[in-house]
Amino acid sequence: MAKETNFLTEFPTLPVELIRAFKKTTDASYKAFSREYGDYIESFFNPLLKFLVFWEKLLVGTPWPIIIGVVCVFAFYGTRSYKIVIGIIISFFFVGYMGMWNDMMESMGFIIVATIMAIAFGIPLGIWMAKSNRAQAIITPILDFMQTLPPFVYLIPVVMLLGIGKIPGLISVIVYAIPPMIRLTNLGIREVDHEILEAADSFGATPWQKLTQVQFPLALPTIFAGVNQTIMMALAMVIIASMIGVKGLGQEVLRAITNQYFTLGMLNGLAIVILAIVFDRISQAYGKRIQKHRSGDAI
Amino acid sequence: MPSNKIEIKNLYKIFGPNPSSLIEKVNSGVGKDELLEEYRHVLGLNKINLNIADHSLQVIMGLSGSGKSTLIRHINRLIEPTSGEMIVDGQDVLTLSQKELLEFRKNKTAMVFQKFALLPHKTVLQNVSFGLFIKQVEQGEAEKKSMHWIDRVGLLGYEHRYPQQLSGGMQQRVGLARALANDPDILLMDEAFSALDPLIRKDMQDILLELQLELKKTVVFITHDLDEALKLGDNIAILKDGSMDQEGNAVDILLDPKTEYVKKFVEDVNRSRVLKAKNIMQDPSKISKELLAGQTMKVKSEDVIEKFIDKVVVEKPNLLEVTDNNGLSIGYLTSERLSQILRK
Repeated sequence: MAKETNFLTEFPTLPVELIRAFKKTTDASYKAFSREYGDYIESFFNPLLKFLVFWEKLLVGTPWPIIIGVVCVFAFYGTRSYKIVIGIIISFFFVGYMGMWNDMMESMGFIIVATIMAIAFGIPLGIWMAKSNRAQAIITPILDFMQTLPPFVYLIPVVMLLGIGKIPGLISVIVYAIPPMIRLTNLGIREVDHEILEAADSFGATPWQKLTQVQFPLALPTIFAGVNQTIMMALAMVIIASMIGVKGLGQEVLRAITNQYFTLGMLNGLAIVILAIVFDRISQAYGKRIQKHRSGDAI
Repeated sequence: MPSNKIEIKNLYKIFGPNPSSLIEKVNSGVGKDELLEEYRHVLGLNKINLNIADHSLQVIMGLSGSGKSTLIRHINRLIEPTSGEMIVDGQDVLTLSQKELLEFRKNKTAMVFQKFALLPHKTVLQNVSFGLFIKQVEQGEAEKKSMHWIDRVGLLGYEHRYPQQLSGGMQQRVGLARALANDPDILLMDEAFSALDPLIRKDMQDILLELQLELKKTVVFITHDLDEALKLGDNIAILKDGSMDQEGNAVDILLDPKTEYVKKFVEDVNRSRVLKAKNIMQDPSKISKELLAGQTMKVKSEDVIEKFIDKVVVEKPNLLEVTDNNGLSIGYLTSERLSQILRK
């Protein structure tokens, strides 16, 4: 009787030694792998590092009035709204005046590079997923896994492999931010009206002509929603990635947490919110411009 | 005797996981409902045989689910049949390789769709030149050709608009121009006018007939509307549950419906608007001497009954004399027969 209660209240586990051995061997073999191939992998990512450094230098090195001017031109071309442009000028001045300009530029460069990489890999993967049901069956659970796994957990293997620094940070941000890009590209292409595809077929279009002339352009508004989501996720991850050595606003937030500097944390947090709003408004505006032909008015 | 442009031979289409094994069953008389219930397969087309003459306007008619849209998609092989032959210009389309099929679609056929199926992100001009773009025709030439057809369907001045900025009727004109710009031998029209308002629909029918008079394409026109079928069709095929019910010209179908299904269709048709004097005239030998000797009223052979019925009511002739364009008598029509036909 006593034995049974024991069985029910305490979950039957593997012997402690066995679990320890399992963890040890797995970690050891992974460490051995990273010791063996770590340098090789690092040099593989070297071009990416150069690309990232180029952007950071460009943004930090360019005089601030030019940066504000360029962002405003982009914003105005997308939104055609003076309110948003004035809002951007005021908030960027606030960030700069509070001494966070360089940090914000570093974060901005980081996000731009992460977004470009996510688009470059996400769109082809999304197209492949839309074209093949088998690809969809394989990729969907991987994306689910990537999106639900706590981001702190996949920092660990990246750090073990590549150490602390910009590249492991960038990789973890891309991995975290790419799922919506892939998903929404897939969705956008699969949503294209069946009859329009049939029309393209009836004129003898090749698969490539169908993709470039019909499917991709019609999926573009959905794909742009994916770009927007990816930027937002990259912004969120930039803070977490500061734990493994990514500089910028996130590093200051991390410093504020470890030292309990409330004001420092708030200010940098605010700067991140400003960056998020600017990116969001501009990318959404471009998404809407693409859909202009869909409205019936403007005759 | 005009040659056949399209010959459809023993065409079967069964939808489901294992269709070819069920052809025997369908051949031995298993119907659409039974096939669905017992074997979980849908009978799309059941042994269709149809010859479509060159330069003719063939209407395929049936209610929804009768297989008419499935049938038209076999002509350019958007749907693969379960078995059968689809011979266009002496060549079985079903034996073409993928590459040959694309060439066939580029050069021989063009399709007009019920819901227009225009590309919303392209302008009217870009839509109309889409087929030419696919064929990689040089842009200047493609635009010149496209503008010609935009003009022909009456959309000049709209070429830089987007489809969503146009009304339904105008959108379908774009669809028609897009198909014609490709200069196909065969024009496939899948319920092309069904989504339009009655007035616009009549306009489009008139445009099609006018163009056909000049272009003499082979047109396959799908509709569920008998009035439309009778107005447009040189030849009409009626489908029911995937099988051919009756095939013939408008007069055959109207005056001699072979099945209950066709009879039901024909019941509500306004015959006086469809039948022409020449369709119902009789041979003089069948008419009594007394009538021939009496007064007659002259009617033109190409006129529909509606055109002369008011005069018949006023003048009350016993006999109508049908004359051709030169005024020569080619046949007679007794008022008894006329009233019989109008009574149904």
